[in-house]
Amino acid sequence: MRAKALPISSGTAAHPRAAAPFSGDTRAVLTARALHNRMFARKSAFLTLALLLLASVCTFLLALRAGSLDAAWGDVFAVLGGQADGTLGVVIRELRLPRAVAAFTSGALLALSGALMQVLLRNPLADPYVLGISGGAAVGALSAILLGAATWMVDGAAFAGAALAMLVVFGLSRGDGSWTQTRLLLTGVIVAAGCGAVVVFMLVMATDTRIQSMLFWLTGDVSGAARPWPALAVLVMGLLATLPFARDLNVLARGELSARALGVRTKALRLLVYLMASLLTATAVTLVGLVGFVGLIVPHLVRLATGNDQRILLPASALAGGALLTLADTAARTLVAPIQLPVGVLTAMIGVPVFLFLLVRHPR
Amino acid sequence: MKTDAHPLLEAADLAVQVGDRWICCDLSMRLMPGERLVLLGPNGAGKTTLLHTLAGLREAQRGEVRMQGRALAAWPGREVAQFRGVQPQSQPDWFAATVMETALVGRHPHLGRWAWESDADVRVANEALACMGLDHMGERNILTLSGGERQRLAIASLLAQQPALYLLDEPLSHLDLHYQVAVLEHFSALARAGAGVVMVLHDLNLAARFADHVVLLDGSGKMVSGTADEVLQADVLSAAFGHPLRRHVIEGQVAFLLE
Repeated sequence: MRAKALPISSGTAAHPRAAAPFSGDTRAVLTARALHNRMFARKSAFLTLALLLLASVCTFLLALRAGSLDAAWGDVFAVLGGQADGTLGVVIRELRLPRAVAAFTSGALLALSGALMQVLLRNPLADPYVLGISGGAAVGALSAILLGAATWMVDGAAFAGAALAMLVVFGLSRGDGSWTQTRLLLTGVIVAAGCGAVVVFMLVMATDTRIQSMLFWLTGDVSGAARPWPALAVLVMGLLATLPFARDLNVLARGELSARALGVRTKALRLLVYLMASLLTATAVTLVGLVGFVGLIVPHLVRLATGNDQRILLPASALAGGALLTLADTAARTLVAPIQLPVGVLTAMIGVPVFLFLLVRHPR
Repeated sequence: MKTDAHPLLEAADLAVQVGDRWICCDLSMRLMPGERLVLLGPNGAGKTTLLHTLAGLREAQRGEVRMQGRALAAWPGREVAQFRGVQPQSQPDWFAATVMETALVGRHPHLGRWAWESDADVRVANEALACMGLDHMGERNILTLSGGERQRLAIASLLAQQPALYLLDEPLSHLDLHYQVAVLEHFSALARAGAGVVMVLHDLNLAARFADHVVLLDGSGKMVSGTADEVLQADVLSAAFGHPLRRHVIEGQVAFLLE
């Protein structure tokens, strides 16, 4: 049905200035170099992905081993092999394993969500919390803590608050049907600011005994996350839902109009990305509270290492985010044991210097 | 050639409106393979809006746009993207990427959902870059390019798409004189090979050099459409642009001078 694709250069009308300085040989060299560069970029991207996978496994195993109760590698593998016995086995299986899964999962959720938000809003400074989801979750969770609710009710209230904030931002920013990213961003920032005021109000009203757990929730805390498996399922679902559209997201990052001109159904795609990023963030904050920096810094770290191809960036961000938060949480509970530090402080302490180092070293 | 039976692009009684302002009413035109159409008009006359409507990026208030004789609504999105390419007005870049990656974006409609760009795609993109004199800087970061280089890259990205119908919005902006002429000649050559080209231009003299057909919008909803010789007349252009112009023919070349 469609016309045959036309050749790009049409004989004699080739470009005079471009054609003149390069002989046929040089042109062939340039083509060969382009092919080689492309192949090299692809290979190094997959190598980065493989290295991140390895790093994820290593940090995960380290999280199982490290702690106040000394374990050998043999104990860790014995637990993973299903042969746990004694106090140590129980500690690893019942305490460290869920905690490591929770840390990895929430780190991966936040980093993936951050990468998606940055493309959606076409703004490298966007993070999972920029659209007010964290604010809604914080208001929900802190209300529950203020009322002395049980842990599962705090989780439920956090998720409900996140979902409510998401619906409010979505509803308001779609008011006139245009759904531009500026409008979305402004609505999100305003809703987040409003929630921030409510959070401060609740902190002021809270009794001393509750303030500690409120502050831990606000900076992120993995210790209370006993049931991380549903969140892991959400993470897998998020990857499965967005990876098929990774190349469409590359096109969307070039601009809405260009994307539509290239056949991308931008409205549906942006809706999918918005809903997915929101769900991932809501799941993460429900699990561990407001862990900062991971969602903003990890996609940038990965971008510095592999470029902005979403086909690599999305899975690599998930792995790097998971590894970073697992490492940070392990450090948070072992560095000044028996005191547990809020993990959000550790992610910042690890993430910020690494990020600045890469930024200074890498001119792009 | 398969395209002979139908015009590449056809507008039937097209009426385009922005807000409550009419851009054009009852525009009917057809673009056959090998033909070049230029959209002219003063700032804000609606050239971009009309180009987007013709490209199918925007709904018309009345009338219909057809490509290959088939109404745009009946085209699946991906097939349209293989058939017609659009170069939008220059826009900022938000993320770092290499020149080659950016040119390869044009290959998107030709790739399956899970496919990666093949060597053949890299060759096509590299050839497109070569046409715009950019093939020696394939690994450059696009955030470090000059305005003219970015514009050439946008055109290269469109060339890598290899459509049968090209729609370009001010392709000559930021380009030096040499590349202005080179870009026009390249698209003329593509037209001679059977492509259709629609361009928004500002320079009347370059338009006179390039166009087979012209649609002139005057900004008040009135419109003149016809062959280049019919529309590119001193009185018509003077009225549309609100400035007296004089038409000269110098060594067979039409040139407009300001009074």
